[in-house]
Amino acid sequence: MQEPQSTSRFPAMWTAFMGWVDRRFPATETFEYHMSKYYAPKNFNFWYYFGVIATVVLVLQLVTGIWLTMSYIPSGQGAFASVEYIMRDVQFGWLLRYLHTTGASAFFVVVYLHMFRGLMYGSYREPRELLWLIGMAIFIAMMAEGFFGYLLPWGNMSYWAAQVIVSLFGAIPVIGGGLMEWIRGDFLISEITLNRFFALHVVALPLVLIMLVFVHIVALHHVGSNNPDGIEIKKNKNAEGIPVDGIPFHPYYTIGHDLPGIVLFLFVFCAIVFYLPEMGGYFIERPNFDEANPLKTPEHIAPVWYYTPYYAMLRAATYPLFTLDAKFWGFVVMAGAIALPMGLPWLDRSPVKSIRYKGAISKTMLAIFVVSFFILGYLGTIPPSPGATALAQVCTILYFSYFVLMPWYTRVERTKPVPDRVTMR
Amino acid sequence: MSGDGVNKQRRYFLIGATSVVGGVGIVGAAVPFVASWSPSAKARAAGAPVTIDFSRLNPGEMLGPIPAWRGQPIFVLYRTQAMLDELPKLDASRADPNSERPQQPAYAKNEWRSRRPEFGIYVGLCTHLGCSPKYFPAVQPEPFDAQWEGGFFCPCHGSRFDLAGRVVKGVPAPANLVVPPYSFVSDRVVTIGVDEENA
Repeated sequence: MQEPQSTSRFPAMWTAFMGWVDRRFPATETFEYHMSKYYAPKNFNFWYYFGVIATVVLVLQLVTGIWLTMSYIPSGQGAFASVEYIMRDVQFGWLLRYLHTTGASAFFVVVYLHMFRGLMYGSYREPRELLWLIGMAIFIAMMAEGFFGYLLPWGNMSYWAAQVIVSLFGAIPVIGGGLMEWIRGDFLISEITLNRFFALHVVALPLVLIMLVFVHIVALHHVGSNNPDGIEIKKNKNAEGIPVDGIPFHPYYTIGHDLPGIVLFLFVFCAIVFYLPEMGGYFIERPNFDEANPLKTPEHIAPVWYYTPYYAMLRAATYPLFTLDAKFWGFVVMAGAIALPMGLPWLDRSPVKSIRYKGAISKTMLAIFVVSFFILGYLGTIPPSPGATALAQVCTILYFSYFVLMPWYTRVERTKPVPDRVTMR
Repeated sequence: MSGDGVNKQRRYFLIGATSVVGGVGIVGAAVPFVASWSPSAKARAAGAPVTIDFSRLNPGEMLGPIPAWRGQPIFVLYRTQAMLDELPKLDASRADPNSERPQQPAYAKNEWRSRRPEFGIYVGLCTHLGCSPKYFPAVQPEPFDAQWEGGFFCPCHGSRFDLAGRVVKGVPAPANLVVPPYSFVSDRVVTIGVDEENA
């Protein structure tokens, strides 16, 4: 490696220091590859905030989580009391916990918006199939992380939610019963289960999440970002090999786009943390203010809001089929609903990527998909009734049709011509 | 390096053999990690048979839920003759009226699903997703069922069971309530977790 030029705008001592580092570690090279010479399309809009905000929330969850473990006791006798201790006696303990609980919900809000952006602009299409699959792996790891974390306060809703979700595995024929015992490490949810969920929540899954996020960003910077027009900016390069529709990620997007977005997000986030941390029972459910009681099921069990669309689909399966129980099919429907988006790169046969140039059927199907997802999310929070179950069945079918019918409707519809260069709107 | 003179067959054999041996090693190394998740000796000891004395239970009442066997709530039901007479009339609307599914020991595979007709002993966990059903013994309209015949109602997903723990047709729960293995020590004392009488 050559000595740095003396024309640098940095003081000579800094240049000399970075030169010393760069000969031993690719610091400048890495910064340039991922930041100052990573060319992102210049037409990013509102929907491109949520990837970076998700990273901010991940860091927030890691930091508040580490601080919470300093006062939390993962035992059947001590867990519930230690959470009350954090809330009442630890200096700023209430803030750390509310940041963590609100952060969990915020994580899902921004990730759902981030995924919706992908659906709109075809961000899962070639060459970003692996990027999308890694993202889906992050989503599944997040769901597991949230589930394990929800048992830790050892409230009565924690307890029974864990009981219900672990019982799902009992629906698997033959091995179900043994699998449930293996997951719990006991014949029921107990302190043994609490201890292993603690280990998974604070060590195993955060490691998995951090590694997956790293790989997600590596894959993104290898293929380059998609954009609202769904055009590959790498097809249009100038004499120096720089995409003409690209601008350096740093400083244009870091300072000019993402930083204001993060500040705006933090305003909303803090307003919730300080004024609505329980969100009327949606972020922290009321039965969780009672300690876990293996003998007393809460009157109505509903998961936290971010699982309710899938929970509603689980409950929507009410018919036994092929000699297998409805319970098993509910499990299959729920697992299918989570897994199906992984097929998107191969289900979408449209000649265009972005919704801007897709036809009316694609737009309608996406709208129906979003509406049914919201209705399912609501239905998952209320007690079952014949009417609610029927509506959940309709919405489940609509949810699945978005994916299953996609190879057909993306091929038959008339698309609009895609411009050569990105458009600024 | 040139590839001349390389014995490719031997190279593939060695790669294959090393992979197989290495794979076996990885599987072997995974055994303790996987097995350590199974219930520990302490958890299994806590799941040992337990004895319940229900001598103060009156007809029509239920003892429980008590964290009896393996920490699972156990229902001990003292059914009146009227309750027992009601059971056969409900057969048509039960999903498994004759207890064909293996939800009970052989000695409880009868119309009242118990060793002795008047005493019903069940694991108090819904066979759907494991919530604990609530006891509604009276034959009267309930908010969840206008033609309620008496039995158990699960608040989680609306499953219903009669006073023999038999599941009603068309509810989410697929099977009757589980009858644990049990035996009578004396007239009003049972041991849960042991099959043989006077074992």
